[in-house]
Amino acid sequence: MILKPRLEDLKIIGFYLGKIILGLAFTMAIPIVAGLSFRELNPVLDFLISIEISVFLGLLLVKTCRTEKDLNWMQGMIVVSLSWVVAMFLGAIPLYLSGHWKSFLDACFDAMSGFATTGLILVQDLDHLSYTHNLWRHLIMFLGGQGIVVIALSFFVRGFSGAFKMYVGEARDEKILPNVVHTSRFIWLVSFVYLVLGTLALGVTGIFNGMKPLNSFFHGACIFMAAFDTGGFSPQSQSILYYHSMAYEVITIIIMVLGALNFKLHYQLWMGNRREIFRNIETSTLFITILATFSIVAVGLTQVGSYPSAVTLFRKGFYQLISAHTGTGFQTIYPQQFLIDWNHLALVGVFLAMSLGGAVCSTTGAIKILRIGIIFKAFKEDLKRIIMPERALVIEKFHHVKDVFLEDKLVRSALIITLAYIILYGLGALVGMFYGHPFLNALFESTSAAANVGLSCGITNVAMPATLKVTYIIQMWTGRLEFMSVFTILGFLIAALKGK
Amino acid sequence: MKINYKLALPILFLILAVYPKQIVFCQSISSSELIRNANEYDGKPVTYTGEAIGDIMLRGDFAWVNINDGANALGVWMSASLAKEIEFVGNYKSRGDILEVGGIFHRACLEHGGDMDIHAQALRKLRSGRMFNQQLNPGKKNLSIFLFGALFLIWILTLFRRR
Repeated sequence: MILKPRLEDLKIIGFYLGKIILGLAFTMAIPIVAGLSFRELNPVLDFLISIEISVFLGLLLVKTCRTEKDLNWMQGMIVVSLSWVVAMFLGAIPLYLSGHWKSFLDACFDAMSGFATTGLILVQDLDHLSYTHNLWRHLIMFLGGQGIVVIALSFFVRGFSGAFKMYVGEARDEKILPNVVHTSRFIWLVSFVYLVLGTLALGVTGIFNGMKPLNSFFHGACIFMAAFDTGGFSPQSQSILYYHSMAYEVITIIIMVLGALNFKLHYQLWMGNRREIFRNIETSTLFITILATFSIVAVGLTQVGSYPSAVTLFRKGFYQLISAHTGTGFQTIYPQQFLIDWNHLALVGVFLAMSLGGAVCSTTGAIKILRIGIIFKAFKEDLKRIIMPERALVIEKFHHVKDVFLEDKLVRSALIITLAYIILYGLGALVGMFYGHPFLNALFESTSAAANVGLSCGITNVAMPATLKVTYIIQMWTGRLEFMSVFTILGFLIAALKGK
Repeated sequence: MKINYKLALPILFLILAVYPKQIVFCQSISSSELIRNANEYDGKPVTYTGEAIGDIMLRGDFAWVNINDGANALGVWMSASLAKEIEFVGNYKSRGDILEVGGIFHRACLEHGGDMDIHAQALRKLRSGRMFNQQLNPGKKNLSIFLFGALFLIWILTLFRRR
């Protein structure tokens, strides 16, 4: 028998949702400060209006749903999934008010794309967008990459046992430190240190490239946030092609790879355990999959003769591939070139890289390489069982910070999530095909949305049907939260309708 | 009538020397057309028109200028002396100069790491850019004041409820 949710459930969900909204409202003060410094008054008003609406909504929920009770698993998951939807709506308000988005749906699309660190865009005339709005676009990637709930846990919510439930609901099932609040704070510490270093590196490179210092450091900070959080937004419409700089490309590749690594691995490296990078199953799997998928891309590009030399082929092919594999979405080619200059084989290489993604407990989306490593190990174990004598005891282990025995429940969980992602990629492709796009193009764009990558072959544009926009929004949301909290909210809705 | 080649050739050279821009520029091609049919235009002279945006990135004696025609922005590699003619670049506070560029189009430029670009030979400013007028939007101003008032009211009510 399905039990109908009680009023108390709604109150607890509302109370914690309100707290997270207040936290989000607080982050809107950052673009306001930037806007005042750049003397962009109308953009400041856009954020003032948005912050007021957010505080109003947050206070309303906190005051009307006030409770001392802690979250249970179901409530924690629902708070997380609802937080992301509400963040999308509230984050879209300043974007829409700027007049650079044709409809509120388009602004919501870009807001979800930002929070979920996808990078697909529907913004119009990006090259004339204010610093204030551009900062917000990149800031929401930084916030979403670390996790909206992680922000709340780090700065706004005092330690309580429900914290771990929300943390897990945001697709971070690995604790780095024993306390989840300390874990969240460590994630922010790593991110801020890299933010300073990355902005400096990109800013100085920009100046050497001939950019004005202020613009150079602003772009540096934005590009860092989009690269480390594997988001893929950029302040100019040409993405990384705008800079015409190999040094910029090399630095962004390093930042993208850092963003694709597990925060647990960052912790080990910070603690001086450098051997972990060579022993960890995630880094070794990432190395192998990059090599394999790049080989496919290189063969494809060689076949079609897209680039005049091996160096240019490597520069273009490897950059798009790393951008795809880490789930970033930066491009150094125009989206249409994927279909015109690249053949199907090269596209399949990029598609495979997109669908695999980076490490768990990182800022990337997609299936993730730990799961790929586990599935590969399980295949190896089964093969051994077939080859070796029946009495032989076959035990498979892998190294992920510590040695872990390969248990059936681990394999099962990895396979279920992998299957769920494949279904999600396929469903989006079906909708794309329904609107007349060829199979490979539709699958490419759908995977890019669901795996939170952001590479586009041209399907994502302002003229695409609203249904397709909504489909990609749902894919970005589901893909970022890794299903569980989204399934919980669906279950909650069914219980509300059919429960007794 | 016989053409006097001895006279015609020097005249032709004179025209080329005095009016290079008029000869370099032909029918302007859009960025979408260039990207779509890049193989056709590869290595050929083209004319491209659009707004200079972002930064003029000086690299020694040359400069990168990104020019947006409304659909896409293309990178244009030009001499620093040509780039000096650009007064305004497009950003939030200004509309950039509208430029007509004549040059060689590269689908995947060997010199520039495979970038799709145009190596400019001539540049003509069709329209000068300008600074935008930054006026406060009265609708937004009123809405923000109204919302601030509503929030203030809620705060007062909360204080009364506490007492």
